[in-house]
Amino acid sequence: MEQGRILKVAGPLVVAEGLVDSKMFDLVRVGEEGLMGEIIEMRGDRASIQVYEETEGLGPGDPVEATGAPLSVELGPGMLEAVYDGVQRPLDKLEEQAGAFLTRGISAPGLDRERRWAFTPVVEPGMRVQGGDILGTVQENEVIEHRILVPPHVEGTIADIAAGSYTVTEPVGHLTTDAGERVELIMMQVWPVRTPRPYKKKISVAEPLTTGTRVIDTFFPLTKGGVACIPGPFGAGKTVTQHQIAKWSNAEVVIFIGCGERGNEMTDVLMEFPELEDPYSGEPLLKRTVLVANTSNMPVAAREASVYTGITMAEYFRDMGYNVVLQADSTSRWAEAMREISGRLEEMPGDEGFPAYLGTKLAAFYERAGKVECACGADRTGSVSVVGSVSPPGGDLSEPVVQNTLRVVKVFWALQDKLAYERHFPAIDWLTSYSLYLDKVTPWWSEHVSPEFRARRDRCMAILQRENELAEIVRLVGLEALSAEEQILMETAKSIREDFLQQNAFRDDDQFSSYREQDLLLETILLFHEKAIEAHTKGASLRDLFAAPVRERIARAKYLTEERLAEFEEIRSDIETQLVGDGFDDDETLVYAGGER
Amino acid sequence: MREYMTTRDIVGPLLLVESVMDVTYGELVELEFPDGTHSLGNVLEVNQDVALVQAFEGTRGSNPAHTKVRFLGRSLELGVSRDMLGRVFDGLGRPRDDGPEIIPEVRRSIYGQPINPTARDFPDDFIQTGVSAIDGLNPLVRGQKLPIFSGSGLPHNDLAAQVARQSAVLQRSDDPTKAGAPLEGEFAVVFAAMGITFEDADFFIDEFRNTSAIERAVLFLNLADDPAVERIATPRMALTAAEYLAYDCDMHVLVILTDMTYYCEALREVSAARKEVPGRRGYPGYLYTDLASIYERAGRVKGRKGSITQVPILSMPDDDKTHPIPDLTGYITEGQIVLDRNLHRRGVYPPVAVLPSLSRLKQKGIGPGKTREDHADLSNQLFGAYARGLQAKELAVILGEAALSDADKAFVAFADAFEDRFIAQGAHEDRSVEETLSIGWELVTLLPRSEVKRIKDEYVARYMTAEEGATA
Repeated sequence: MEQGRILKVAGPLVVAEGLVDSKMFDLVRVGEEGLMGEIIEMRGDRASIQVYEETEGLGPGDPVEATGAPLSVELGPGMLEAVYDGVQRPLDKLEEQAGAFLTRGISAPGLDRERRWAFTPVVEPGMRVQGGDILGTVQENEVIEHRILVPPHVEGTIADIAAGSYTVTEPVGHLTTDAGERVELIMMQVWPVRTPRPYKKKISVAEPLTTGTRVIDTFFPLTKGGVACIPGPFGAGKTVTQHQIAKWSNAEVVIFIGCGERGNEMTDVLMEFPELEDPYSGEPLLKRTVLVANTSNMPVAAREASVYTGITMAEYFRDMGYNVVLQADSTSRWAEAMREISGRLEEMPGDEGFPAYLGTKLAAFYERAGKVECACGADRTGSVSVVGSVSPPGGDLSEPVVQNTLRVVKVFWALQDKLAYERHFPAIDWLTSYSLYLDKVTPWWSEHVSPEFRARRDRCMAILQRENELAEIVRLVGLEALSAEEQILMETAKSIREDFLQQNAFRDDDQFSSYREQDLLLETILLFHEKAIEAHTKGASLRDLFAAPVRERIARAKYLTEERLAEFEEIRSDIETQLVGDGFDDDETLVYAGGER
Repeated sequence: MREYMTTRDIVGPLLLVESVMDVTYGELVELEFPDGTHSLGNVLEVNQDVALVQAFEGTRGSNPAHTKVRFLGRSLELGVSRDMLGRVFDGLGRPRDDGPEIIPEVRRSIYGQPINPTARDFPDDFIQTGVSAIDGLNPLVRGQKLPIFSGSGLPHNDLAAQVARQSAVLQRSDDPTKAGAPLEGEFAVVFAAMGITFEDADFFIDEFRNTSAIERAVLFLNLADDPAVERIATPRMALTAAEYLAYDCDMHVLVILTDMTYYCEALREVSAARKEVPGRRGYPGYLYTDLASIYERAGRVKGRKGSITQVPILSMPDDDKTHPIPDLTGYITEGQIVLDRNLHRRGVYPPVAVLPSLSRLKQKGIGPGKTREDHADLSNQLFGAYARGLQAKELAVILGEAALSDADKAFVAFADAFEDRFIAQGAHEDRSVEETLSIGWELVTLLPRSEVKRIKDEYVARYMTAEEGATA
C-alpha cells in the first residue's frame, strides 16, 4: 500500500502528502503507532485526515499508510452485548490489553475472531440466492436469532453449505456466481459506515412503536421506522426517558449510541442494562442491545464516526427482518464534533460556526431510518426507528442543530426543565410536543386498541389546550371567575396531567402502561368529566363532585397491573353512582349563581 | 537540544517559529526572552517546518529576532509524589511556598488519558460535607463532579473551603437506622486556583492552615496577576496530582477548581489569537470537548480503591445560567449547586438555591448502609414542601396573606423555617448527616400530618415521634 508523510498536525486534524491513489473517506494509519484516521479532504496530493485518537507526539515527516478501504464496521454474530467505541473497537478487549485508561494505538477487531458459533443452514446446495437472502441462522443468545445473510450485491447458486461450528471468518459454504466464479460464504460482513445498506423499497410506516410511556404512546406516538427528537435541557430527565424507550419499546434490537456524553452516565447504562430485565423475554436487556460509547473526553473524530457506526449496525439487523430502535445521545455533540473538524479545516462557517453542510448531514443520517422491504428474494420487512436527542445550549431551541433536526424528524418530545422542577415526569410538554404520525397510526389504533381511542386522545388534548388558556385567567383573577363548567374542565385537565401524563419510571407498577390500560384510563377520566358536568347541571355542588371518593380510585388507577384491569369496570360504576345531581330544587343551585367556593 | 531563534510572528500569547525540524504536536517548549526571563509553552500546531507555540507565561518582553525557542521533546509533565501533600505550587506545578523541590516518584503527562467506559465504576458512596443544603437534599457522591454555580459577590469561596475542610467518607453501616462514622485518613484535597485574586487564594490557604486541613491538601495557584495562558495548564496539573493520589496511593481525592470562568476566558484568548472561528459568545467551538477533558477526569475505576470527586466553581456572568460556560458545564457534570443572590441578601449562609440545584447521582448515594433509610423520602418531602411554600409565598404577594388557605400558611411557615434552620448554618459548623436529617424531621412537624405524603409511614413512626420525644 502507498505511504505518505505528515505535513501538518493541528489537534485531531493531520495533513499528509503523497497519498495520490487514496480516495475520499479512505481509512489510513497515521504515525509509527498506526493511529486510525479517515481522509476527509483532498487537495492535489495533499489529504486532510481526521484522526480517531489523540495526536499528541505526531509531527511532520511521520508516515501515513493508506489502506485503500473506507472506514467500515464488521457485522456478524458477536455484536450483541458488546460495548464499542465510535470506530467499533470493543472496549472490554481494550481494557484487557491496556488497563483502565485508553492508551493510544491499541486496537482489537470488532468481532471476536476466535469465538465459534453454531451455524444451521436454511438453504441447500443448488438453490439460487441473491444479496440479503438468509443462508442460515446462529442462535446468538437466548433472545436473538442472528440470521446470516448473503452479502449485498452477491448473487449465484449455492455450491456447498454445511451446519457446524465456525468462527466468523471461516467459510460456512460456497456460492457459484453466474460468471462461474466461486465465492466463499463467511458469517462476517464488512460494510463502509457512511454508505447506507441497500433495501428493496421503503414502506410508508403505519404501526406504532409502543414504549409503555403514556404521554408518548397516546399523545405523541412514534412508529416503527419513524424518527423522533428529544431536546434535553440539563436536568429535565432526558436520560430516564431514553432508558424507558430502550427498556420497553417493542423492538427486537436496541442500538444505543452514547455520543459525547458523560462517562458516569455510560457506566450507569453499562452496569444497569445487564441487570435490567427485558420485559419481553425475561432475559437481561443487554442481550438485545449493542452499545456504542464514545464519551465526551474520548477523541472527537471518533465521536463524529460513532453515529455512522451505530446506524450501520442498525441497518444490518433491519436487513435480517428485525425492528430496531437506535438512540443517539446526543446528536448535538455529534454536530459539535463536525464543527470542530470543520474549523480545523478552515472551512467557511455557517450558523454559530457549524459547517454549512450541517443540515445535509443531519438529514442524511435520519433518512437512514425507516421501515423497508429488505433487499432479498423473499418478502421480509424490517425497520430502524431513530430517537435522536439534542442538547440545545441554554435550552435555546432556535439554535442550528435543533432547527435542522426539526426539519427532518416527525416527532418532537419537548422535555421541559420547568416541568421537571415541578416533579412532573416524564417532563414532556404536552403543548409544544408533536407527532406527525398521528393520522398514520389511527387505523392501527382503531383495529388494535379501540375505535374510540383517537377521539378520546383528541378530546383530552383539547381539554389540556383549554386549560392552558384558562390558566391565564385564573392567574389574573382567580379560579372563582370561571364558570362551573370551566372549573370542572380545570379539574379534569389536572386529572389528565396527574393521573395519566405523570408516570413514575422507578415504580414497578407504573413504568409500563399497555395501550389497553391507556385507553381505559382515558375513558375513565373523560367519563368523570362528562358525569361531573351532567351531575352539576342536575344540581350537584362542585365541592361535592371534586371530593367524590372515586377520584382517589381514579388517581390510583394507573398503578393497576395488567391482570387487574377489570377493576376499571368498578371505577366506572363508582363514577356513575357517586356523580349524581340532587335535583333542581336543591339549595346548591341557588348558590351557584354567586360562585360555589 | 533543539534551539531556534527563528521566531517570525508574535501575536498575543502565540509565537510562530520557522525552520524547525522534528517538532511534534503538543511538545513542551521553553522560551528565553531577550531580558533573560523564561517561559514554558507548548506546540499548538505544526505545519511542515513552522510551529505555532503557545507561551504559558505570556510573551511580554519577547522579540522575534532575539527569543530563543527550545523544543524539549516531551509533553508538559508533572512530577508527582506523596510528598506533594501539604504543599503549595504555582499554576505550572513549581513550588510556590518556601519548601524544597519535589522529588518525583514518577512523571506524568498532564493531559492524562480517558478512562475506558467499561473500566469505570459507578459512583454510589456518600460524601459527608457537613453542609445540610448539600448532604440533605443534593448529596455529593464519591467520583461525582458537582459544580457550584455562583456569581460575583456570593460566598462560593467560603462554601468551597467549608466543603474541603469538612468532607469525609462514612463507614458503611449495617444498621439502616444509623449512618456510619467518618473514616479517618483516606481523604485528600487538591485545590486549583485559576485567576482568582491574592486575597481569595490567601483565604483558602489560611482556612486550610488554621484547621490543619493543609496536611492533606495540595494547592496549585494561578492568581489574577499570573499569566492567563498558564491557567490552561493549571487544572490539568491539579488533576494529574489527583490521579496519582487516587489511583496510585488509594486516596479519596476531592478536587476543587476555581474559577472555571477564568479558565474558559484564557481558552478564548488563545482561540482569538489563533483567529479561530468562534462559537457562542466568542468562545471556541471546542469548549465543550475541552471542558469535558477536565471534568471527565472525575470518577472511580474498578479494582482501585481511590476516587476523584470534583467540585468546580464557576461564577456565572450576570448570574446567567444560559451563558456558555455554566451551560456546557451543566451538560457534562452530574448536577449543580446553585447559589442565590436573594438568599445571600437575606443573610442566609450558605445561600444554596435548593430548587434549581440538583445532584444527579443522589439516588445511588443515599439510603440504608450509606446514610439512613429515611434519607430519600425525607429529602423528597422537604423539597416538595419547600417548593410549595415558595409558591404560596408568591401567591401571598399578589393576593395578600389572608387569601391563603390554612395548609398554605403552614407551608409558608415551613419555607421560612427551612431557610433559617436547614439551609442556614455556620461557616464552621460541621453537621453530621444524622444531625441534618434530624433538623429535617423537626421541620416536617410544622406541616399538617395529612400533607406528609412522600414519606413512608414506618419512617414517620420511627423518626418523627423520636424527634418530638427528644425535643420535648
